[in-house]
Amino acid sequence: MELLSFGDTGWGDELFFATLMTIAVSIAAMAIGFLFALIFTPLKLSKNKSFNIIGNCYTTIIRGVPELLVIYLLFFGGTGAVMYVASIFGYDGYIEINAFITGALAIGIISGAYSTEVFRGAILSIDKGQFEASKVLGIKKNIQFYKIILPQMLRLSIPNISNVWQITLKDTSLISVTGLVEIMRQSYIAAGSTRDPLFFYSVAAVLYLMLTFLSMKLINKLEMKYSKGY
Amino acid sequence: MSKFKKFGLGIIISFFLVFSANAGSIKIGTEGAYPPWNSKDSSGNLNGFEVDLANALCEIMNHDCTVVEQDWDGMIPALTSKKFDAIMAGMSITSERLKTINFSQGYADEVASLAVMKGSSIENINTPEGINLNIGGSDVDKALKTLTSSLSGKTVCTQIGTIHQNFLESGDVGKIKLKTYKTQDEVNLDLTNGRCDVALAAAVAFTDYAEKSGKAVVLTGPTFSGGAFGNGVGVGIRKGDSKLLNEFNAAIDKARDDGIISKLAIKWFGFDASM
Amino acid sequence: MISIFPSLLNGAVITLQLLVVSMFFGLIIGLIFAILRINKNLIINKFAYGYSYFFRGTPLLVQLYLIYYGLANVEFLRNSFFWVIIKEPYWCAIIAFSLNTGAYTSEILRSAFQTIKKGYIEAAQSLGVTKKITFYRIQLPIAIKQSLPAYGNEIILMLKGTSLASVITIMDLMGEARKVNVLTFKPFEAFITAGIIYLFITFIIHNIIKYLEKKYGFQT
Repeated sequence: MELLSFGDTGWGDELFFATLMTIAVSIAAMAIGFLFALIFTPLKLSKNKSFNIIGNCYTTIIRGVPELLVIYLLFFGGTGAVMYVASIFGYDGYIEINAFITGALAIGIISGAYSTEVFRGAILSIDKGQFEASKVLGIKKNIQFYKIILPQMLRLSIPNISNVWQITLKDTSLISVTGLVEIMRQSYIAAGSTRDPLFFYSVAAVLYLMLTFLSMKLINKLEMKYSKGY
Repeated sequence: MSKFKKFGLGIIISFFLVFSANAGSIKIGTEGAYPPWNSKDSSGNLNGFEVDLANALCEIMNHDCTVVEQDWDGMIPALTSKKFDAIMAGMSITSERLKTINFSQGYADEVASLAVMKGSSIENINTPEGINLNIGGSDVDKALKTLTSSLSGKTVCTQIGTIHQNFLESGDVGKIKLKTYKTQDEVNLDLTNGRCDVALAAAVAFTDYAEKSGKAVVLTGPTFSGGAFGNGVGVGIRKGDSKLLNEFNAAIDKARDDGIISKLAIKWFGFDASM
Repeated sequence: MISIFPSLLNGAVITLQLLVVSMFFGLIIGLIFAILRINKNLIINKFAYGYSYFFRGTPLLVQLYLIYYGLANVEFLRNSFFWVIIKEPYWCAIIAFSLNTGAYTSEILRSAFQTIKKGYIEAAQSLGVTKKITFYRIQLPIAIKQSLPAYGNEIILMLKGTSLASVITIMDLMGEARKVNVLTFKPFEAFITAGIIYLFITFIIHNIIKYLEKKYGFQT
């Protein structure tokens, strides 16, 4: 237990902040994922063939290659790509993208592919009659989307989005390659430094279990709240 | 609570400050997992010979420096993609690496050695104390032959992407079962666990580990230099960044003349490894 | 690009091996735990739930490190018969992957068992079919058929999971790609080629499952 004490001698405070970092990067990744999903869900549902292909490519490729590969590619290539774009606009200086952004973006792209599938499924399961009804009532298309489809889509998505959240949370363990000190990297460092991998990886497992458990509780509460009246 | 605030602030800044141009200050990449060259303490701070040396060189060059952490297998790509401006990570100067990046003059000599657990059947290999692959000759040939027969069929472990891996794959010691790891820490763990029969790395990496862990890791066979082992450890710098290269070369000259490198080497290695 | 292809293909063979072997053990483990999960005994039930909760609630990477480095740190395991198995990175990977996919498989099968219409079982009972035969001949086949789509997803998730084997020194497809990266300092060639091979494998698995669904699956 001495190993977990706070302060200079123990790893307690480091692991505590690493846990906060895992939470922060998961939330950021989830938010980035939603952004991606809001772009790609309409593309996948669109009647336009080429939009369809773009949307399908995104979800198929991202869900078909290992997460680690996406992270490596972004990590090694992300800065280069940004600098290339910047050089087109005449900026040749150093541009730095920090580990947090790289990590959150990589996991966000992955989580976005799953969210896209969830949103698509939710929209498809909304009763067709509602679209027709709102049309008959003369409701404008964008109001129809914001007031009728979006709220239902979100409610219908909660159970599956909670799965996406769990995947995202666990995927953050892979971004230690970017140098971001989250639970996994901190345990790795501690295990290497103290030569006690069994203890520190067990602690990591417990921390992740705690996070998945607490977030499940929270999501269940949300689900109860928003399915009132159904 | 200040740590809390710093953390929160860090997160917020990360969100808004995606791009940060750095003017005048330089970033130096190190691994933080290759003690005593570079490592991390329990507060998460980088320390080691190269961290001290980096700060000393920066003081001479009059630069603001930050030493940042980077996994070994992404070290060179991270430099070329400008994640930092210089590498000081126990990286030996080799012709392979010189195709992609430049090196300053060497600042320290990395002597490589094999290591086994005490009581191993190859704890005593009958070879000269050290061999230099650049010089060659019958002594070196004989030593390599002895090593080939001693290592035959053994699982030899080393860190991935190192001069040690290059040497083991060169065929100089015949056919062995090679296992490569992400960090030297992992090599040390599996050597003591018994998954590796023998390991190859900088000699000081093993002696440091044996001392700190109390495990019976002992050096065996000759120390290696030259050939695949390169020509000392230098500062890795992007091609085309000749201004920084010249600055580092001058700073290393000054640090050597002032005895700073020797002093730091004795502090971290226990002997003078400066060059 | 061409020169790195053979070594990546060698890696792909290891990847497929890891996948097939761990899916095999994972299916057996999953089936056993699914049956334990629908057991009415509270202790058995909770035990099975705990297993699946742990392996679904923690990252595969943590599980892999725990088994490879964690278990190797336990003195009496190192001196026991188990060391023969745990010593080999390959078997550590198989153990971690099997236990992981077993947990997900048990959940997939459990929910399939629970959605089987009660009518089928009641019909069998009223016809005097024994419980054992009802299980093997009616419940199990229906559950397996119903699980096919979800199980197909699980195979693809596991394919991606095998890429973590490279962190414990196994030279699978990912391991070979990482090696090419550190030796040539050309990350894109290595990782994009590996990505294409992974996509190709995913594509084949996807189509096999689709074919099986068409042939054996049914709508309820």
